[in-house]
Amino acid sequence: MQVTSSVREPLVTGGKSYHDVTNDVARHVEAKPNIRWFLAFLTSAGVLALGSIAVIATLWEGIGMWGLNKTVGWAWDITNFVWWVGIGHAGTLISAVLLLFRQKWRTSINRAAEAMTIFAVICAAMFPVLHMGRPWLGAYWALPLPNVFGSLWVNFNSPLLWDVFAISTYFSVSLVFWYIGLIPDFATIRDRATGLRKIIYGALSFGWDGAAKSWSRYESVSLILAGLATPLVLSVHTIVSFDFATSVIPGWHTTIFPPYFVAGAIFSGFAMVLTLMIVTRKVYSLEDYITIGHIELMNIVIIITGSIVGIAYITEFFMAWYSGVEAEQYAFMNRMFGPYWWAYWSMMTCNVISPQLFWIKKIRTSIVATFILSIVVNIGMWFERFVIIVTSLHRDYLPSSWAMFYPTWADVGIYLFTFGLFFTLFFLFAKFFPVINMAEVKAVLKSSSDKVNK
Amino acid sequence: MERDTHFVTGVYEDEDVLLHAIKQVRSSGIQIHEVYSPYPVHGIDDYLGYKRSRLPIAAFLFGLLGTTLALTMQYYMMAFDWPMIIGGKDFGSLPTFIPVTFELTVLLASFGMVGVFMVSTDLKPWAQPRIFDLRITDDKHVMAIDIANNSAIELAKIEEILKSSGASEVNKKSFE
Repeated sequence: MQVTSSVREPLVTGGKSYHDVTNDVARHVEAKPNIRWFLAFLTSAGVLALGSIAVIATLWEGIGMWGLNKTVGWAWDITNFVWWVGIGHAGTLISAVLLLFRQKWRTSINRAAEAMTIFAVICAAMFPVLHMGRPWLGAYWALPLPNVFGSLWVNFNSPLLWDVFAISTYFSVSLVFWYIGLIPDFATIRDRATGLRKIIYGALSFGWDGAAKSWSRYESVSLILAGLATPLVLSVHTIVSFDFATSVIPGWHTTIFPPYFVAGAIFSGFAMVLTLMIVTRKVYSLEDYITIGHIELMNIVIIITGSIVGIAYITEFFMAWYSGVEAEQYAFMNRMFGPYWWAYWSMMTCNVISPQLFWIKKIRTSIVATFILSIVVNIGMWFERFVIIVTSLHRDYLPSSWAMFYPTWADVGIYLFTFGLFFTLFFLFAKFFPVINMAEVKAVLKSSSDKVNK
Repeated sequence: MERDTHFVTGVYEDEDVLLHAIKQVRSSGIQIHEVYSPYPVHGIDDYLGYKRSRLPIAAFLFGLLGTTLALTMQYYMMAFDWPMIIGGKDFGSLPTFIPVTFELTVLLASFGMVGVFMVSTDLKPWAQPRIFDLRITDDKHVMAIDIANNSAIELAKIEEILKSSGASEVNKKSFE
């Protein structure tokens, strides 16, 4: 019945039938969590609890708890914010851009990647909110309301305000996109369940019945959402980069920032997807769905975006020299050879050199190497933001006010807090939600499985 | 409230058999109530004679609304209600209004379209769907035929046509 192409690698291995797909994915939702899950969950919840001490201290004492000083007024908070937002770029990119390009391999990773996106954006949002100092008094200042109710409005010329709109739109559209995809899978779990679980997943599935008419509308909604989310995902990091690019600080004031930030975001996002998926496929025995082929394809995206980032670093350096602006030239020399040289060279090694190893087929199809390099990439991307932000600020126009930045325990604690939050949410997702989009995998099974399904 | 309805259902294992069956059943004059699948079957709309969804039009209109609202809001706040000189820019400086306009366009288009989708497909947490077969969301395609709508054709004849079109099972299902 089915013709297996000899040219294309199969997307799903192990000769799975439709029923096998349902079983392999849904059983993790239905089974009692095992001890490994509990250990992982408790560890991340513990980190979350530990980190919340730093959050409470910051809210209680104010942001004087952080290591910021008069010269370096922005450091770990914005570094971590940009880092998390960047990680949050892979999910929607995988599900939207790859849907538009009809890349069928997206189907087994899009669910988890989108979940990761949503959790990463939540982590990112912690930083601007905490930086408000007393957010309970003033988080609404960021909204277009008459300023404490005279008629002074928010400033629509400010990139920081654009960010509010971009991040919140990105978060809500990603959430809706993710949830629409979950509805048919919740219905699958509903129809296998009894008792309380049937009621809960019944409500979550919104009464999905699988009718051809519903599927037709579902596909049309997915396609349009993908079409809308594609420019959206590119706009978000573009606007994040405007926070820097529209300022007049040497090292920030460059037109290359938007494409360079977007490439960096995809780069770090894919690395984080790899880190999480390599663990998930192992723990949940999903090796037939997330195959070496998937890992290799994601590694190829990492080579491409990593190389774009590398070219961007070099271009930036060239432009600083070519512009003839002394302050600009100094900013870049200071990055390379100043007191933060170690941060710059960590960034260069992790982001530019290490992903080039993926040109070797043996490395990009090795799970261990991919796992290690995916973490290296995210370390590098953290340093990239740190380098851009701190080294551009710490030696400003007045040598008398030059300073260094030293993080305090509260800086570290809040960063840990977001890690705890991210992994706690991810483990909850992995337990209670189907980690693979069953319906979409079934839809590509017939044309892309390695065995005849009949 | 709804009257009692009685259906004959044909269960199919494979999507290509299903598509072929739809053609056969329709050509023998039977009206298909609906076909249920565990995943979107490519091309099934054409076989069932469904028109293309108009959801993209809804998305476009909501997007247009978003653009209009965003521009109106920004011009009103920045240029009319409380003009301030910021960085020497015009009060109504269109280029700086573009990012927020874009975001609100996307936001309204997405939420508007998804809202229309939810209403038109009757998706809501308290919905009680008619489930013809629990295996629909797992691995079976089910074709449902409303007996009342096909009273001209004998029941046994419908069942026979379903069977011969490749259905692995033919069942009866009634809803109150």
